Amino acid sequence: MPLRDDLRTVLLIGSGPIVIGQACEFDYSGTQAAKVLRRQGLRVVLVNSNPATIMTDPEFADATYIEPITPEVVAGIIERERPDALLPTLGGQTALNVTTALHRLGVLDRFEVELIGADVEAIERAENRGRFKQVMEDAGLAVPRAGYARSAAEARRIAAELGYPLMIRPSYILGGGGTGIAANPDEFNDLVDRGLTTSPIGEVLVEESVAGWKEFELEVMRDRADNAVIVCSIENLDPMGVHTGDSITVAPIQTLSDREYQEMRTEGIEVLRAIGVETGGSNVQFAVDPASGRRVVIEMNPRVSRSSALASKATGFPIAKIAALLAVGYTLDEIPNDITGATPASFEPALDYVVVKVPRFDFAKFPNVPNVLGTSMRSVGEAMAIGRTFPEALQKALRSLENGRFGLNADPGEVAATGLSDEDLWRAIGLPTPARIFQVGEALRRGQSVDAVAAQSAIDPWFISEIDGIVKLREELEAGVPTRITLKAAKRAGFSDRQLGYLWGLTDEEVRSRRLQEGVITTFKTVDTCAAEFAAQTPYLYGTYEEEDEVPPADRPRVVVLGSGPNRIGQGIEFDYCCVHAAFALAEAGYETVMVNCNPETVSTDYDTSQRLYFEPLTTEDVLAVVAAEKPEAVIVQLGGQTPLNLARPLEAAGVRIAGTTPASIEMAEDRRQFSALCRRLGLNLPPHDVASSAAEAEEVVDRVGLPVLVRPSFVLGGRKMRVIYSYDELASYLHDLYGDPAEAETTKGPLLIDRFLEAAIEVDVDAIFDGAELLVGGIMEHVEEAGVHSGDSACVTPPPTLSEAASKQIVLATEELARALEVRGLINIQFAVKGDEVFVLEANPRASRTVPFISKATGVPLAKLAARVMMGATIEDLRGEGILPPAGSGFVSVKEAVLPWDRFPEEDTVLGPEMRSTGEVMGIASDVGVAYAKALLAAGHVLPSEGTVFMSLADRDKPVGLAAAQAFAILGFKLVATPGTARFLSHHAIEAEVVDKVGEGPDDAPSRIEAGRVQLVINTPRGGRARSDGRLIRRAAHRHGVPCVTTVQGALAVARSLRSGPAATLRPQSLQEWQSST
Amino acid sequence: MKAGGLLVTAEGDAFAGVSVGAEGMAVGEVVFNTTMTGYQEVISDPSYAGQLVVMTMPHIGNYGVAEADMQSPAPAAAGLLVRSLTNSPTGWRSEGSYGEFLAAHGLVTLAEIDTRRLTRYIRSKGAMPAAMGSDLSESDLREAAAAAPPMTGLDLASVVSTKEPYRVEAVGERRGLVAAIDLGIKRDILAHLTRLGLEVVVLPSSASSEQILSLEPDGLFLSNGPGDPEPLHEASNALRGVLGKVPVFGICLGHQVLGLALGARTFKLPFGHHGGNHPVRRLGDGRVEITSQNHGFAVDLWSLASSNRPASSGSLASADMLPERVETDFGPVEPTHQNLNDGSLEGLRCLEVPAYSVQYHPEAAPGPHEASALFDRFLELMEV
Ligand SMILES: Nc1ncnc2c1ncn2[C@@H]1O[C@H](COP(=O)(O)OP(=O)(O)O)[C@@H](O)[C@H]1O
Ligand SMILES: Nc1ncnc2c1ncn2[C@@H]1O[C@H](COP(=O)(O)OP(=O)(O)O)[C@@H](O)[C@H]1O
Ligand SMILES: [Mg+2]
Ligand SMILES: [Mg+2]
Repeated sequence: MPLRDDLRTVLLIGSGPIVIGQACEFDYSGTQAAKVLRRQGLRVVLVNSNPATIMTDPEFADATYIEPITPEVVAGIIERERPDALLPTLGGQTALNVTTALHRLGVLDRFEVELIGADVEAIERAENRGRFKQVMEDAGLAVPRAGYARSAAEARRIAAELGYPLMIRPSYILGGGGTGIAANPDEFNDLVDRGLTTSPIGEVLVEESVAGWKEFELEVMRDRADNAVIVCSIENLDPMGVHTGDSITVAPIQTLSDREYQEMRTEGIEVLRAIGVETGGSNVQFAVDPASGRRVVIEMNPRVSRSSALASKATGFPIAKIAALLAVGYTLDEIPNDITGATPASFEPALDYVVVKVPRFDFAKFPNVPNVLGTSMRSVGEAMAIGRTFPEALQKALRSLENGRFGLNADPGEVAATGLSDEDLWRAIGLPTPARIFQVGEALRRGQSVDAVAAQSAIDPWFISEIDGIVKLREELEAGVPTRITLKAAKRAGFSDRQLGYLWGLTDEEVRSRRLQEGVITTFKTVDTCAAEFAAQTPYLYGTYEEEDEVPPADRPRVVVLGSGPNRIGQGIEFDYCCVHAAFALAEAGYETVMVNCNPETVSTDYDTSQRLYFEPLTTEDVLAVVAAEKPEAVIVQLGGQTPLNLARPLEAAGVRIAGTTPASIEMAEDRRQFSALCRRLGLNLPPHDVASSAAEAEEVVDRVGLPVLVRPSFVLGGRKMRVIYSYDELASYLHDLYGDPAEAETTKGPLLIDRFLEAAIEVDVDAIFDGAELLVGGIMEHVEEAGVHSGDSACVTPPPTLSEAASKQIVLATEELARALEVRGLINIQFAVKGDEVFVLEANPRASRTVPFISKATGVPLAKLAARVMMGATIEDLRGEGILPPAGSGFVSVKEAVLPWDRFPEEDTVLGPEMRSTGEVMGIASDVGVAYAKALLAAGHVLPSEGTVFMSLADRDKPVGLAAAQAFAILGFKLVATPGTARFLSHHAIEAEVVDKVGEGPDDAPSRIEAGRVQLVINTPRGGRARSDGRLIRRAAHRHGVPCVTTVQGALAVARSLRSGPAATLRPQSLQEWQSST
Repeated sequence: MKAGGLLVTAEGDAFAGVSVGAEGMAVGEVVFNTTMTGYQEVISDPSYAGQLVVMTMPHIGNYGVAEADMQSPAPAAAGLLVRSLTNSPTGWRSEGSYGEFLAAHGLVTLAEIDTRRLTRYIRSKGAMPAAMGSDLSESDLREAAAAAPPMTGLDLASVVSTKEPYRVEAVGERRGLVAAIDLGIKRDILAHLTRLGLEVVVLPSSASSEQILSLEPDGLFLSNGPGDPEPLHEASNALRGVLGKVPVFGICLGHQVLGLALGARTFKLPFGHHGGNHPVRRLGDGRVEITSQNHGFAVDLWSLASSNRPASSGSLASADMLPERVETDFGPVEPTHQNLNDGSLEGLRCLEVPAYSVQYHPEAAPGPHEASALFDRFLELMEV
């Protein structure tokens, strides 16, 4: 069954901003789908509010809507574009939910849009847990026993029937939010109470807990002819009870016999049939009782997922691409396997290597959140590694995480586990945390048996025994010396040079040169879907230590692009976007591009993106091995964020040519002392500042600089541990915190930077390219929130709406001077603070910034592509001549808004500050700021009221601007209520506001009003002291009850402005292609 | 320290590892298997007689050994090559360590082999004789490998076949009697037959048609097995005497013997099909099955066709790579299944006599449980 001939236009829905549980994997899937559908001659219409995606680059679709993904907006797009079909399975839960809503609203029927990939019935059957269980039982498949409850009493009755432990899930909650396992009635009542209130329909599912069982996943594909294949089988090292997204996972399955595996395989396919997934990929999860082999189906997702991205990268089988082809008519046997070119996609990949995925967490940014892992996913990213064996892959994955570890212990970071007492260590092993894997290693080193550790951790003994192998080898190595035999054994078990150096008291370089002398050299093997049964056409490689190397010869000059590693807060998809652009641009310019990255979610790790893909950790050692194999002209470190930038120096020291801006210049910009001297020389303004290296020195500096101050430990991206300090008391407790915290020793080793905090300053971001002679300003972005809110967390607008001509000029001049002085070749990002016409430089980053994709969309100028060429020696003039530098300029306004992960961290205060905590961003485009901002807010998930009551509680310093906002709300007809001080201030300025009780001082305080549904919008800016914790209660109440909460006055003002344009304005979608051609 | 181990091929190329199984030397044809589970089923499958098996899955032995997984009483392969052998098994089904099992059964086994290099080698040079062992010199091994006979022309089925007939009871209600010619039969095939209520009399490979017919069976089954089908004249002659009188079902080597009995020729594939992921199209309804495979030879249906094999079109295997229908002494024969990786024949049926066969393994063990309906079909043909 070839391509259907009745389809012309297909609508693809993306997944919107990056949030925990939904990240760049959907850019990978959407991009694949858009590409392949267009290649089939179909017209592709695409909606996604996330500007940092490759899929929303205008050349990937015929009409690209960077618009909020709400049913109303998508309905508008459908009305304009009249697609024949909607493919909802590639944009995560977001796309599925919007699709279901569009169906309910009758939009799909009205405009005769056919759902392809999955129909509403199938989505319902899979998504509604009650129906899912019924369908499974009808198909003869076992599921955990369970019952639904709408009251606590009902829940207790079910509990009595099933017995403890129990899993509780609120109904209709996204991504495991509010779920948990109760071991006893106390925990149970707690979870049930919370669940009943958080569930929008006041219902919880009480389910037999199978925590501790083995957890497995199958990635299944099925076509309309009922052909089905298992693309990949995945085993979770962490047992049931830890969300798969937070588990260390291994592919393929290691601990099931053929019989058990094949039965699971048959059931996996049966699940798709029963649910009615006619075409496409689904993820099916199973739990298996290790004692009896009893197996139950846990859930299935009738769409591509993060696991399917992992499976695609783990096997070389591009699930999303194939799913798209199946949706438009093909069957699996009609689609060739890209990698072999000669065999069909109707087969099951055979792996001759082991893949390990390790999640990355950012708990340090959310100090109030316990780091125990559970059934609700909280990791922000992941690294994947490929090795010939599990120990090798595990150690590679651990060093890929970039959190200061170099493998499974045998590194300086092992003190965290070696420092524990035997009892503490043993207890720790019983508790799933990000540190557990290292603790397991340490317990084995202390002589605990494999079986005991397996029993205590509920991790399968096979994994424990393989880890024990690592530990035993470590002991042998420690007792020995570097020889060809020991080096080879160590490298084959995945030990990094750093670990070996640690064991032998040598530097990395010494280990490395010794190793090369002994001829222990990385060999690269191909990921080929077929365990070498057929020849592979695509060079998708991983490093290991074997007898044969498979790097194919090359006939063109090569450029290595270093990716950005696992996603984390502060470094995510934006950097991957830049790397992908570099790969595209340099390939066009005749280079063979070589990508190195270890993040399985990304477009950069699609074997289609560059000519060669090395799925490897981003450490000096691993990158040098790739460089030795490829002998590139240069290595690009500017585009992947801090990760590759940190490698610039060591790579250069090893004789590697770094493309563009030199490591010395990078260092000059990053080092506060050097940078400050540079600015002084150039006559540029910096906020008063100094550097301290001890607590005592810090106080002196503050005396000199003057309060308030902004303090930050150096060399950290995303503003970790960065704080605004208003008093000496605050300073003292911060310093104690910082220097008293041994776990942070690594980051506080560098100097502490202290700047005068500029109050009420406008923050401005600039992205530019410099080629040595000419400066190309990509764009100037004015932040909505004032300086003090991290640039990654604040909204921004381009072109800048309020910046004076004079300030703009100064900013461009300063950018050029800095670029010239830093000898930038490629990108530079500078953040400024503007007070009136006075411009201060906050920082300069001679690299791609988070805003490059946004600004590229806003202006139509592909900055990362141009930058890659400039780094390789082209001039801006050359690029203009080639016609790849379109004239900049936009007749529209673009707003970027940040998206924060509060729903995953209910314990955390929602206030914004200089430490970045957002996970993603959205873009709103319109012809005026108000509408663009309103679109951005809507896209970020803030549903603003059009009438009702606004609650205000402002810090003194915020009151003047707050007044303007209050006036605006009053004019819009909102009723105002305020805390006593704020109300007094407003009435003083002739604005009426009802006074509410202070928190806890009356029955009618703000939290109670919010809970009672009497407040529709909260404006609460933080203050120190008691007000701060009051504010916290208010913000938490707002958050719990889904009342939008604005924590800055600038934000409040912008909200008021956007409300002025009325809700209808956000419903006028227009494609990026239309916007860009209207200029 | 484990003893060093070495494999040397007939062409003189060496692959180093460590010896983890029995001492001594093993000689045979070196082939690779890409299945990711079922190492024990593989090694005990009599079809691997005379072969040194490379498992491409790096970790082998993870879930130990279980008697229920054995396909014959003992390992049948001549030797085993793996990347990493696990000696501390996991799982409720495990009855012991795989390494100890291999040593106890005297199977020469090498670990720490660059199995991917070896697989690529076999893929590009073809399956060839090799010798392996621990603490043996490279030159000794090379000599042994060079002296080893090639697989082509080898009758190994008669070596592994039962010498005496034996009877296996039906499970549940007995519905009929099947005579099975044992060319190296797997236990799971017997299990499939008996689970259908069939009593099975297993006969040696030398069984004649008279012997078969004297049992008055409801059907004749031809089993899988090792080696080249061409020398199996006894079995194909016996079959010719039975065709048309009793419904016939053949699997793997049994399929090849049916092909020979029908007058077709067989040929050696460059490196065979050994794994659990091969797509096979059912030519009747176009559906694709993911199959378990283990064979080095294939039936050439073109040898019976009046036209020549056309040049292949397109990049993927297509149905026109097989003749639509061929004429034989037993009437017309149709291809029923096709391998989608290389277009080769995976199944056939006679249109005028009740006989059909498949090249792959519907009994799985190891492999996907997708094709077991082929056994039901046998029951239907027998009309029992
Ligand atoms: N009945 C159960 N008992 C114990 N743990 C469970 C149970 N059901 C699910 N889990 C755990 O919770 C995690 C999330 O549940 P799942 O049903 O997969 O929801 P989702 O992936 O949609 O968040 C699973 O990965 C598993 O570890
Ligand atoms: N002197 C200052 N006065 C006011 N705000 C500042 C000052 N310096 C930095 N900030 C704020 O802190 C945020 C983070 O600081 P920045 O130096 O950009 O760190 P990062 O490297 O994390 O991006 C900035 O976006 C800005 O809002
Ligand atoms: Mg799940
Ligand atoms: Mg910054």
